[in-house]
Amino acid sequence: MLSVRQVTQRFGGITALEDVSFSIGKDLITGIIGPNGAGKTTLFNIVTGIYIPTSGSVLLGDKDISRLPSEKRAYLGMVRTFQNIELFGKMTVLENVMVGLHSKSSSGFLACAFKMPWHLREERRIRDNAMRWLKFTGIADLAQQEAANLPFGKGRLLEIARALALEPKILLMDEPAAGLNSKETHELSLLIRKIREMGVTVVLVEHDMELVMDICDSIVVLNLGRKLAEGTPRVIQENPEVVAAYLGEE
Amino acid sequence: MKHTVVKFIIFAALILLVPLIFSGGYMMNVLVFVGINTMLAVALNLLLGFTGQISLGQAAFFGLGAYVSGVLTASHSVNPWLAMVIAAISIGLIAFFIGFPILKLKGHYLAMATLGLGIIVYIIFNETVELTGGPSGLSGIPNLSLGNLAFDNDYKNYYLIWTFTLVIMLLSINLVNSRIGRALRAIHDSEVAARVMGVNARLLKVQVFTLSAVVSSLAGSLYAHTMTFISPASFGFNFSIELVTMVIIGGLGSIYGSFLGAVLLTLLPEILRAFQDYDIVIYGLLLILMTMFMPGGLVLGIPGLVSRLMPKKPVERGEHA
Repeated sequence: MLSVRQVTQRFGGITALEDVSFSIGKDLITGIIGPNGAGKTTLFNIVTGIYIPTSGSVLLGDKDISRLPSEKRAYLGMVRTFQNIELFGKMTVLENVMVGLHSKSSSGFLACAFKMPWHLREERRIRDNAMRWLKFTGIADLAQQEAANLPFGKGRLLEIARALALEPKILLMDEPAAGLNSKETHELSLLIRKIREMGVTVVLVEHDMELVMDICDSIVVLNLGRKLAEGTPRVIQENPEVVAAYLGEE
Repeated sequence: MKHTVVKFIIFAALILLVPLIFSGGYMMNVLVFVGINTMLAVALNLLLGFTGQISLGQAAFFGLGAYVSGVLTASHSVNPWLAMVIAAISIGLIAFFIGFPILKLKGHYLAMATLGLGIIVYIIFNETVELTGGPSGLSGIPNLSLGNLAFDNDYKNYYLIWTFTLVIMLLSINLVNSRIGRALRAIHDSEVAARVMGVNARLLKVQVFTLSAVVSSLAGSLYAHTMTFISPASFGFNFSIELVTMVIIGGLGSIYGSFLGAVLLTLLPEILRAFQDYDIVIYGLLLILMTMFMPGGLVLGIPGLVSRLMPKKPVERGEHA
């Protein structure tokens, strides 16, 4: 589904990632973990198109997407969420999800300004679809609220709804449990499983070990910019190097 | 949806009825300017209020529209309507190609670049004396006409200008409540998230910049044909700033707000004339007070004021208009 091949990223004299390679299987939930400064966020930003790697490549299917801007990746079925939730604050909850359907619609300036019939049909479809995703994530009752007024947990759900509206093949989540209480984290784990069951490949960078070990099918461990280990949660938990580098700290 | 349509119809009807109150006279002339300024403020609001991209050079596109129309009709006897179209297309193209490099800049840097653009164009108006008449201006621009109907007085011009203004307002309201409008507002709130959603932010910014230039150019052409005389002084840096003020005072991201801003900033100097030498001081003070106490602009400030005076009633969030 997604492969990272020999990716190296340097910022000036600092090497954030060095020669990292791994593959992510289709329809699986894969966790990327590692202590602070391991290069998780950098890796995430490379995979999602915020950074262009110094060397190496990222493949989606068999297509090299390393140099593709984020908006083009959306059309290929890749979408992400953000650690500090990036909502469109001044828009309503419903409108936020409607933006998620941007790549699934095509009306231009003129069709929109003159309210052409096909544009109005498209708008209805966008609205109905967006509502469907709000229901899926359980926040349909908040549809007309301004997004900036949502509590953090609901904002996280909205971000997920907005991402799902693209009907992605692969969903990348940057610390989805950060800032959530234990009840919300539990609901999140159920939601992530539900997303996987729809045939969406899920990748998450996460600090919450309990969540990662609970829901991930496969885990990639980074340490100091290098890949330390890769495998199922059980294998990772028993890997002495990982325990020393990461789990041992706690 | 229906709600926005009704609101617009009422608004348009009121606008068209205004001349019944002020039949002719100086006030009609001022109200023609309100129309032109509304058009310009709406154009800037699409860029500044909705997309969050500043332009301190809007007067340049307004002036270019006026001069292309003026020079083509006064010096080359081109049909005014044709000249208006030529102006809009050529200025649209200029804006489109300038837009790509300029809109890569953000925030203060974009402000500086558009400011520079405005100043360069202003200098061109002044220095190309043979073409534009330089600082002493360009006269002899014909009025627009439709068959036998010549738009040669304030009353007729009021309907001419406001027809254009209302159409532009309606199209803008449609636009901002559509897929494109949501994408623009998304860019405003979080460009990085908008791009992740598949919004081609770079192209959209250039497109809305171009749209805003084309509407400003139309306003410029209409201005030239209504005034029949233009000079560079109308298209300087001050006017660009005045337009930004209209958009902010009226309400960022509100089409009706731009109308309110244009009304206020066009009428206020006329009303304050009674205070003679102190008018500019009062003008400045009022603007400061309004930005302090109505940070959302008139469009939110006036209902806010009303609801403070009236018994409480829950305010529901409507569509963007």
